[in-house]
Amino acid sequence: MAHGHLVAEDALTMERQWKLPDRGTVGIVFLIVTESVLFSMFVIAYLIYLNKSLVGPYPKDVLELPILASICLLSSSGAIVFAEHALKHNRLGSFKLWWAVTILLGAYFLWATAVEWRKLIFEDHLTIATNLFGTTFYSLVGLHASHVIVGLIFLTIVFVLTLLGFPIQTQLRRVLFLSWYWHFVDAVWVIVFTVVYIIGLPR
Amino acid sequence: MAAIDYPLQRPKAEPGEFSFSETLYKWVATVDHKRLGLMYVASALIFLIVAGIMATVMRVQLMFPNGHVVGPDTFNRLFTMHGTSMVFLVGMPMVAGFANYLVPLMIGARDMAFPRLNSFGFWIFLLGGLLLYYSYLGGGGLSGDGSAPDVGWFAYAPLTERGFSRGHSSDYWALGVLVSGFGSIASAINVIATTFCMRCPGMTLKRMPMFVWVMLIDSWLIVVALPPLSAAQVMLLLDRYLGANFFNTQNGGSAVLWQHYFWIFGHPEVYILIFPAFAILSEVIPIFSRKPLFGRPAMVAAVVAIGFISLGVWAHHMFAVGMTSWSNTFFAASSMLVGIPTGIKIFNWTATMYGGRLRFTTALLFCCGFLFQFLLAGLTGIMLAVAPFDWQLHDSYFVVAHFHFTLVGGLVFGLFAGMYYWFPKAIGKMLDETLGKWHFWLFCIGFNLTFIPLHFAGMLGMPRRIYTYAPGRGWELWNFVATIGVFFQIAGILFFIYNVLRSTLRGQPATDDPWDGWTLEWATSSPPPEYNFEKLPVVRSSRPLWDLKHPQDPDWKWE
Ligand SMILES: [Cu+2]
Repeated sequence: MAHGHLVAEDALTMERQWKLPDRGTVGIVFLIVTESVLFSMFVIAYLIYLNKSLVGPYPKDVLELPILASICLLSSSGAIVFAEHALKHNRLGSFKLWWAVTILLGAYFLWATAVEWRKLIFEDHLTIATNLFGTTFYSLVGLHASHVIVGLIFLTIVFVLTLLGFPIQTQLRRVLFLSWYWHFVDAVWVIVFTVVYIIGLPR
Repeated sequence: MAAIDYPLQRPKAEPGEFSFSETLYKWVATVDHKRLGLMYVASALIFLIVAGIMATVMRVQLMFPNGHVVGPDTFNRLFTMHGTSMVFLVGMPMVAGFANYLVPLMIGARDMAFPRLNSFGFWIFLLGGLLLYYSYLGGGGLSGDGSAPDVGWFAYAPLTERGFSRGHSSDYWALGVLVSGFGSIASAINVIATTFCMRCPGMTLKRMPMFVWVMLIDSWLIVVALPPLSAAQVMLLLDRYLGANFFNTQNGGSAVLWQHYFWIFGHPEVYILIFPAFAILSEVIPIFSRKPLFGRPAMVAAVVAIGFISLGVWAHHMFAVGMTSWSNTFFAASSMLVGIPTGIKIFNWTATMYGGRLRFTTALLFCCGFLFQFLLAGLTGIMLAVAPFDWQLHDSYFVVAHFHFTLVGGLVFGLFAGMYYWFPKAIGKMLDETLGKWHFWLFCIGFNLTFIPLHFAGMLGMPRRIYTYAPGRGWELWNFVATIGVFFQIAGILFFIYNVLRSTLRGQPATDDPWDGWTLEWATSSPPPEYNFEKLPVVRSSRPLWDLKHPQDPDWKWE
């Protein structure tokens, strides 16, 4: 019986000390893994079809570096970190400010993409059907932009809820996961930018 | 002893009378992993019957030369819908169904990590399946061109492009499979999060049941291998709807890109499909041999190795396309490499049975069938991995015979083993063993009668996907025998259906632990209550129930 007693003791300690990773963390990490594979397929298609277009316009004729938009999107990653930090320390005013800044920076990026596409379509007559450049460009940049849109929708939901007085500090984990998703979207932009506007634009 | 007497307080599911609409609501609105698992398996079985009937029609058409049961157009639709259904609407939901039902029970959890995501995964999978079958009604589109998809289950471009596939048949193929793929990814992420985050105290990765290990790696493969297919399908839809040029060869696009993307998904997919069988065998064989799994660490290592190597072998489906010699060499070598861990697994299952006190239940019989047939499938697989050999037999009935040996001789036999083994747990009734043995022998004889001859037909040059053939090429006998085998298989399946219905309605009630099991699902009642365990178990070895039943000689003393 002494032995059995020992076992029970062990089991109790085991139960008390049992620690497992947070399920939200694991879920969001593997969501990002699967999304990364999806993006790589479009990146690979872009690289494979680089300089394979049979007719113009070609990248060097029509593409302009979206420097300002890129700076805005990347700094929105910084803004969301500040927002998160503020929320962690329960400074709601500062959280709302930085959260709004994140949304505005992301929205500006989206607007810049819209302006770029408008110019490409109406002035340069490059559509998704024109040539392989159009096909791969619009699908890769469009896939990224659709992720920005999804991110902005979620960011806006959080913002509106906060303005309506919802106690957002109780949802710290969810805010954190949203910020990871946002960082991921920004990191993907670094790759898209490199592929489309640096590798794809020989000077 | 308070902390470890968990199985002694077995919760009983409370009986209750519910009206039809209440029952329906309970099933439709459920987020319970067990109900969702059963719904996955049930819908997979329905699709299995539908796609099996399609296969029967094709075999009857090919029974004699110059057959005219169906015309060429119908035949093209039959093999496309048969293949697509079997892979995406039978195999994939079986993965999700078995994982859903068993993983939380085996790791001592009350549910999956994300129950609502789980229910989303099931319903979106079902939507995808219905979308694919809706093509029979809506595939014609306004112009009335086309019906169900007729482009083959791998839907090679440019056959699927607007110019060659009019109407909406290819749209339904791409959309239906894309949507059901979202369901698979959702359920895979859920299984991963569940295994990492929901294990009961003491259930370390080292002690986790082999079934859970295999399903974990399976889910990893789904997460990394399904997106290439989704990407290719999105590209195809962009081509078809917006005039993009991904696979439009007239505008510089590449048809080979589709092949690469499809098979980057397609080869890991065959492992995704066979893993549930691996998982089931790793539980069933030890129980009916009364021996722990032989070489457990090697089994884990092998399954992890497959989870990575199988990502780098896809182009062995494309030897005939005209790749460089270097690519051919690389993919031939990597394909043979993946045979090594698979060989280890077969060896270890056999070694588990060796010297064991074997109980030849129906479940173990199906495992034995698996071992023989999957070994043969592996050997023809190695043959096909040799590029020059593949040039000779590419797209012939030899290939058809090879992959039906893996997926029917392997996966379906494994699934039947699993169903006979866990049916008492899930339904609370025993399946009839006599009917089960009829099922096994008829199905096993029928399967081999059908698919062994097809190897020879293939070696004699019979190409796959032909809707008929002229007499005098030496294919008649093989095709005739193959079709005879189908009737044996149908008889076996009828025994199975009868067995399931009869046992569910008035079978012998199952005890909580009918097979003298070692894993945690046998520690709760049959069927388990919604919350699985009244008190979360605490585990000290990889066979927690053995420890409990043998307090004088528990596993944890040796592990
Ligand atoms: Cu393969």
